[in-house]
Amino acid sequence: MSVKSLPKEEYWLPGHAACSGCPASLGLRMLGKALGGRFALVVPAGCTTVIQGTFPRTPSRVPILNIAFAASAAAASGLKAAFEVRNLDVPVVVWAGDGGTVDIGLQALSGAAERGEDILYICYDNEAYQNTGIQRSGATPIGAWTTTTPFGKRERRKEAPLIVAAHRVPYVATASVAYPLDFVEKVKKAASKRGFKYIHLHAPCPTGWRFPPSKTIEVGKAAVETGMWVLYEVENGLLKLTGRSTGLWDPAKRKPLEDYLKLQGRFAHLFKPENRWMLEELKKHVDENWSRIRATLERGGRLF
Amino acid sequence: MSNLPLTAIAYPAKGSAGRTGLWRTERPVINYERCVKCLICWLYCPEPAVVRRGDDSVEIDYDYCKGCGICANECPAKAITMVEEVS
Amino acid sequence: MPRVVLSGNEAVAVGVKLSRVNVVAAYPITPQTTIVEKIADYVEQGELKARFINVESEHSAMAACIGAAAGGARCFTATSSQGLLYMGEMVYWAGGARLPIVMAVVNRALAPPWSIWCDHNDALSLRDAGWIQMWAESVQEVLDMMVLAYKVAENERVLLPVMVNLDGFLLSHAYEPVEVPTQETVDLFLPEKRPAPYWIDVVDPKSYGTIASPDTYMEFRFKLQAAMDEAARVIEEVDAEWSRMTGRSYGGLLELYKCEDAEVGLVVVGSWAGDAKEAIDRLREKGVRAGVIRLRVTRPFPSRSLASVAESMDAVAVVDRSLSPGLPSVLLSEVRNALYDNGKKPYVKGFIAGLGGRDVTPLDFEAAVESTLKAKEDGGSRVEWLGLKGGRDVC
Repeated sequence: MSVKSLPKEEYWLPGHAACSGCPASLGLRMLGKALGGRFALVVPAGCTTVIQGTFPRTPSRVPILNIAFAASAAAASGLKAAFEVRNLDVPVVVWAGDGGTVDIGLQALSGAAERGEDILYICYDNEAYQNTGIQRSGATPIGAWTTTTPFGKRERRKEAPLIVAAHRVPYVATASVAYPLDFVEKVKKAASKRGFKYIHLHAPCPTGWRFPPSKTIEVGKAAVETGMWVLYEVENGLLKLTGRSTGLWDPAKRKPLEDYLKLQGRFAHLFKPENRWMLEELKKHVDENWSRIRATLERGGRLF
Repeated sequence: MSNLPLTAIAYPAKGSAGRTGLWRTERPVINYERCVKCLICWLYCPEPAVVRRGDDSVEIDYDYCKGCGICANECPAKAITMVEEVS
Repeated sequence: MPRVVLSGNEAVAVGVKLSRVNVVAAYPITPQTTIVEKIADYVEQGELKARFINVESEHSAMAACIGAAAGGARCFTATSSQGLLYMGEMVYWAGGARLPIVMAVVNRALAPPWSIWCDHNDALSLRDAGWIQMWAESVQEVLDMMVLAYKVAENERVLLPVMVNLDGFLLSHAYEPVEVPTQETVDLFLPEKRPAPYWIDVVDPKSYGTIASPDTYMEFRFKLQAAMDEAARVIEEVDAEWSRMTGRSYGGLLELYKCEDAEVGLVVVGSWAGDAKEAIDRLREKGVRAGVIRLRVTRPFPSRSLASVAESMDAVAVVDRSLSPGLPSVLLSEVRNALYDNGKKPYVKGFIAGLGGRDVTPLDFEAAVESTLKAKEDGGSRVEWLGLKGGRDVC
């Protein structure tokens, strides 16, 4: 797929309430193009609630069911069931943040995945509760500053895509707003499959990660090039690296992690001598992640 | 009151948050002599405030462009410059 | 009409089937379980063409119903007690979203201490959620109420969710012979076509439940209030229509038993109205002109009808099966509030009874009425706990 082959039609209208340089807004724009505007969105509490603005206007040209924080996967299950009984072949897509996915929404997500609901669940991961003022979430990486981890988060993030993959759903993928075409292709692929599909979209947030809004894409690319974020697919239990992450299991091919960290204010404290251990922990986490991926690939990619 | 729907049901419109172009402190300016019509700026614009014309040339919708500068940062031809807004 | 023996829970399931519900989402909890088991069976056997979503929690059960109703399905769930509380956030969401969902609540006490037995605190705790709350007395009424609930919920003047309450075990597991309306009757009464202002639609896309600024939020709440007022009228109309079709009428918001000449009224909610009526018969034998006012609906609260019935009474006893710790009695407060503006106000005394399934007999109701009449004369306590062991020494 090329940039030029992307549909010109916009389903996400300008002049909305997203912050300048917002990755969620870009993701929503690409989602609309990937599915040609014919789908229904379910949106729990989060940045996207606010981005939609206040009644009576919305930037979305696809219908949205707004729902409470923990409820999106269940509400989407119900919406899809209604479409089925009305014989409407309309995809239902959840668009939830990391808090609404890996923390408060995890139970409903797991339930819908286990039931094999025919929905596409997309988590746009800006690695904290950005909407409420940058509080740490279960997806905040170790070491990162947030307003509730003022000296850096001590714990590792949850691997939500792998948790979903453990439900043996037909399709799980990670993506990044810095690679929109890869994301669009994954959305299309997911939409072509029946059953529960999950895409975890890395969404560098200038507001919460403390970088200039012009660098959303640059930060997103650095995350992938340094191996901090990994692009992959899990189809029927088989893991495969995709796009820019292909081959990065070889540490020599990965850029130094500092290239990613130094772009962001939230990691600035890691470069103070007294916090050296936190930087080492973060590097260890990334290396271990890759060792596990490499081991998986060496046995043919079989995860489950 | 009587024309309000049952609950908050909103309809699609440009400028749902008003004229967000007013948020700008810097504006992107395209140098068309350098532009190679690669559409990278259009691809990455989160708003979207980069308008793709029929011939794949682009223009900025200044009514809504928030001036994030992603387009200038990503332009491979260095055809976009961020210029300070003065009132 | 075929006459069959059904339990209260089975009557709910039959009501769901007759109402041609499209989507059911539920999570098991005692004593609601036999409802969803029966429905699952109907769906599996193809007797009910519906999608049954076996959700992982009550929160998700209501969330799925919200999604389904917003997508244009007629939907149903059922729960009890802790399940209803766990669902609470979504119960409010359904009310605010104005979605015509029907839910059966098999009333059960709240923990701790654990109790699987009946009281009304589960439903009472959600009385402000924007749901119509109906309460059945008999298995027959449960069945009829299910069908009527959809009719009221989907009325364009209403568009509110309805909670059909039935007492745990006392009604849910009680078997009674029931007249089951034919499918043709129900189809005629409850057409498949229903108003769709809330349906999610890709042709005419809208964002549902976006943020309302302080500029509009109050007006949306006012509309909710107005819909409740309208619901009170619609419930009466629907009851009359059902009566014309089946010969069964329940009186709309209130059922009155021997109230025409009553000097003292006994206000109750739920299945123990049968015991209350028995008590009234005994009192009448003793020469006390008493009657039962059974609230069939507590939201919208039937303030006007209640006030007009109680106008001619000297005293009213209110027996409450719930508790708001710190308030003498929820039901007492609501009843007294309804009567306050009337020129002629009866003496009102409240009773807390039957919490956590404590047995209450006709003798207790008889005592409540007598105690109310006595208190009116000598000014005793305005609230009494019926059958409290050791009285206030329990503390």
